[in-house]
Amino acid sequence: MGGREANVVLLDENGIRSDGRKVNETRKVTIKAGVLKNANGSAYIEFGGNKILAGVFGPRDVHPKHMSNPDTGILRVRYHMEPFSVGERKKPAPSRREIEISKVIKEALEPAVMLEKFPRTAVDVFLEVLQADGGTRCAALDAASVALADAGIPMRDMVCACAAGKAGDALILDVNNEEDQAGQADMPIGYMPNLGKITLLQLDGVLTPDEYKKCIELGLEGCKQVYEIQKNALREKYFSSSDNN
Amino acid sequence: MANISIIDKLKRSKILDLLQEGKRIDGRALDEPRPLVIDTGVIPHANGSARARLGDTEIVAGVKVQPDRPFPDMGDKGIFMCTAEILPLAHPSAETGPPQPDVIELARVVDRGIRESGMIDLSQFVLEKDKSVIGLFADSVVTDHDGNLFDACSYAAVAAIITSKIPKWEMKDDIPVLIENQESDAPITTIPISVTMGRIGEFIIVDPNLDEWECLDARITITTNSDGNIVALQKGGSDGFSLEQLVKCSELSISIGKKIRDVIKEATGGSK
Repeated sequence: MGGREANVVLLDENGIRSDGRKVNETRKVTIKAGVLKNANGSAYIEFGGNKILAGVFGPRDVHPKHMSNPDTGILRVRYHMEPFSVGERKKPAPSRREIEISKVIKEALEPAVMLEKFPRTAVDVFLEVLQADGGTRCAALDAASVALADAGIPMRDMVCACAAGKAGDALILDVNNEEDQAGQADMPIGYMPNLGKITLLQLDGVLTPDEYKKCIELGLEGCKQVYEIQKNALREKYFSSSDNN
Repeated sequence: MANISIIDKLKRSKILDLLQEGKRIDGRALDEPRPLVIDTGVIPHANGSARARLGDTEIVAGVKVQPDRPFPDMGDKGIFMCTAEILPLAHPSAETGPPQPDVIELARVVDRGIRESGMIDLSQFVLEKDKSVIGLFADSVVTDHDGNLFDACSYAAVAAIITSKIPKWEMKDDIPVLIENQESDAPITTIPISVTMGRIGEFIIVDPNLDEWECLDARITITTNSDGNIVALQKGGSDGFSLEQLVKCSELSISIGKKIRDVIKEATGGSK
């Protein structure tokens, strides 16, 4: 956040990035569904160096009661980083950044979840960042979607997410921590492929109007790749012939 | 906004009916922001200040400039910070107490738009590298809430920053000492303008008022700089946008941002 230094080489003369990727390549993404015993649904994602656990409870009674809505269920999301997840220890209490990210992730998931089927209840999504490496909100959103599906909550689509951005004057897919710190722009995108709807969109950094459009399009490509990995994670749990329960 | 009352549902259907005919509930065109009125220098105790009225939404922003310690990883830059608060007198629903997520989002979106545009040349705010820098704090308060606080707070903060006078400090025995009567203009590089648009059904409306705000499907705030480039985005609300809608919104934000930038330039004495 904020500090942009020009002296880091983010893109070499062959168009290779600081971690060896091409401009249109995401980091390695692995997702596992159903990793927690007590949660109704759960998922674990490794998105490059990001390691994030998602747990879903509900639909269940709402506490405090006054938050419940007789017309529809409510979605509550808590995005939280562990003190040991970043370079310098992070204070455990939720920061303003985490509160904002919780809100944008909630609003990215709401269009997908059929909350109207569960009036007066709450669906709680807990996202715990065990290790952060740039792009945690996208990775957390990816894990949240899988965990919601794993909990058997009716959804219109899964939300997949990936960031695009700009570093070394080139548009890049899946901005890592280094590129976020020293790059020129970071644009996290959340997308529902079957409905063609973008449900999370943020940007910091400077883009021309033309780059803006191309950046979204590039990000959507990354989202679609993640979408396949999300579906595979669910397939592996529910349809594989191996010894999964 | 999680609890949509029956009144809001009726309001929404009324607003949607009007939009089908190309009209808005307060008579504006779909791509027409409310009139913006900016008064500067309203708080003499602040280093810069402005009152912004966007329709019936009213904001007071004040800038305080004071020496501070730099952030550990940015010893060669001054400090810039924006906050925003909804005062309890601004609306019956506004409450005292710790800020709710929507207010935190408001403050962070206003901050991000100004910060990411590089509006202030913070490298000119260094008194002694890694030890002492100048901090510029732009605090906005909502005194009357009629929707779209994002843009109103941003316009007030931007106008207050442009009109700020930066006092002069010199380091003596490792302590910054104020040099009296040597103020300079703030080092402004560009004027960021945020434009917030809402989607109701298939319609995109610019600068939603409170009635419209309460029944938006989704909203997006796009900030552009003086060169017409996009410097910050924030999507909000419980639904999404299509790619085509987002491209349309970016075009609107550039064309409308240009007009609003002229209003702010005019009100602040036409710098940059």
